Amino acid sequence: MCGIVGLFLKDPALEPELGRLLADMLVVMTSRGPDSAGFAVYGAGAADQLKVTVRGPRLDDVAAALADLATATLRDTHMVLAFAASDEAAVRGWLALNRPDLVVTGTGKRIELYKEVGLPRQVADRFALPAMAGTHGIGHTRMATESAVTTDGAHPFSTGRDQCLVHNGSLSNHRSLRRRLEHEGLQFSTDNDSEVAAGYISWRLREGDSLTAALEAGLEDLDGFYTFVIGTENGFAVMRDPISCKPAVMAETDRYVAFGSEYRALVGLPGIEQARIFEPEPAHAYVWERN
Amino acid sequence: MPVVDLAVTSKRDLNAALHALTADTNETLWHVANPEGAHAIAAGVDVPITVEIDGHAGYYCAGMNQRATVIVNGNAGVGVAENMMSGKVHVKGDASQAAGATAHGGLLVIDGNASARCGISMKGIDIVVKGSIGPMSAFMAQAGNLVVLGNAGEALGDSLYEARLFVRGSVQSLGADCIEKDMRPEHIEILTRLLAEAGVEGVSPQEFRRYGSARGLYNFHVDNASAY
Repeated sequence: MCGIVGLFLKDPALEPELGRLLADMLVVMTSRGPDSAGFAVYGAGAADQLKVTVRGPRLDDVAAALADLATATLRDTHMVLAFAASDEAAVRGWLALNRPDLVVTGTGKRIELYKEVGLPRQVADRFALPAMAGTHGIGHTRMATESAVTTDGAHPFSTGRDQCLVHNGSLSNHRSLRRRLEHEGLQFSTDNDSEVAAGYISWRLREGDSLTAALEAGLEDLDGFYTFVIGTENGFAVMRDPISCKPAVMAETDRYVAFGSEYRALVGLPGIEQARIFEPEPAHAYVWERN
Repeated sequence: MPVVDLAVTSKRDLNAALHALTADTNETLWHVANPEGAHAIAAGVDVPITVEIDGHAGYYCAGMNQRATVIVNGNAGVGVAENMMSGKVHVKGDASQAAGATAHGGLLVIDGNASARCGISMKGIDIVVKGSIGPMSAFMAQAGNLVVLGNAGEALGDSLYEARLFVRGSVQSLGADCIEKDMRPEHIEILTRLLAEAGVEGVSPQEFRRYGSARGLYNFHVDNASAY
């Protein structure tokens, strides 16, 4: 099953409330996915800065060792390291040498990406999602059907800088597609089909496609069922497979664009009564980007 | 007139109250406030009452309905009026996928659009959509009438049996074994009746085209024997 949500703000006045709104949407989707949950928030960033979200044990040690290079923000099992882009090699080198046990969940100027096993309410609270600010965010509640309930299997998946994807559905050609993408130099850290979908979009973007073109190319190359919600540094996109196998509903106002697997997820949004509510068409790329 | 506020009363209690009614009940008009997209609102009602839902409904609203009139003053989620047996369901906004799926009887009116698979496997229901319908509508439809004032998406009526499909606008494509058929006097009669029942005015039955089964998939074709 699985539930997915997304919120892309147009009105900067709502940015301090992004986390609270996204958390409420996520919690409503518990019935679609009580096993684990995850979310990505696009918060503050600077042109010459990078943020890396890492997950693992003994994160205090990491913060102490990298204190000269990076500002560390600890949130439960995850830590965001913010540092000057020019120090990237030093930070990554230290992590690779000293802490190969840590998992990097997301890297970019603005993305922060958290995921854990547990009820969505617990996951949102552990990472203090309601207090987070940002311009857009996406989230996922997982009901595992084919692989184990692990943190690695939780969404979102990030396979490129400031890029992430959540997926409701299942892909049937992910093994062959993974081999093709590995030939193109992409690396995967799980056996999850959704990570392959994320990698595919990252690959198309790397090859120069627009977000719309990347999603349209996926209609040819991805075999299976999917509703995707995708975040990039400045963009937000939704794509459903050609037979719209998985549910989707959207709301748009002057202040935001919102996505939910079910309308219930959207009812707490401000001004929802006046929003334009619509169901995204199958095989059609919906993309919003800010300049 | 009972008003059930789903912000206060659970949906399970609402449905239990509706199921407990007898056919001679005096409580014939019910209002449901704050539906907030909850699933299965007024599913399984089996008495001649009217239930008005003031807002958006979730999945399977008025599913299995018999005899009741259910009005949704908003949008309806997946499978509105699925497996309806009789009565009427009126969605004032849009309906999501599989509206009227597998339904045996009654009338489903959708003022807005219906998305994919509207009337899938319909078995006798009449469906009137004032807007357009999505792809793969009336897939394996067996009996009943589907009337669309707008357009139909891809693969209309794929593997259709004996349901009648009337579309006023364009049809993106017809599914396997679905063909356009002549509009005969009895079809004009059916359309006239259904348009009136759905409260449609100023639209002539002559504006529609009729689609139905070519009946080419009814029987095994011996030429295909070598495939096995």
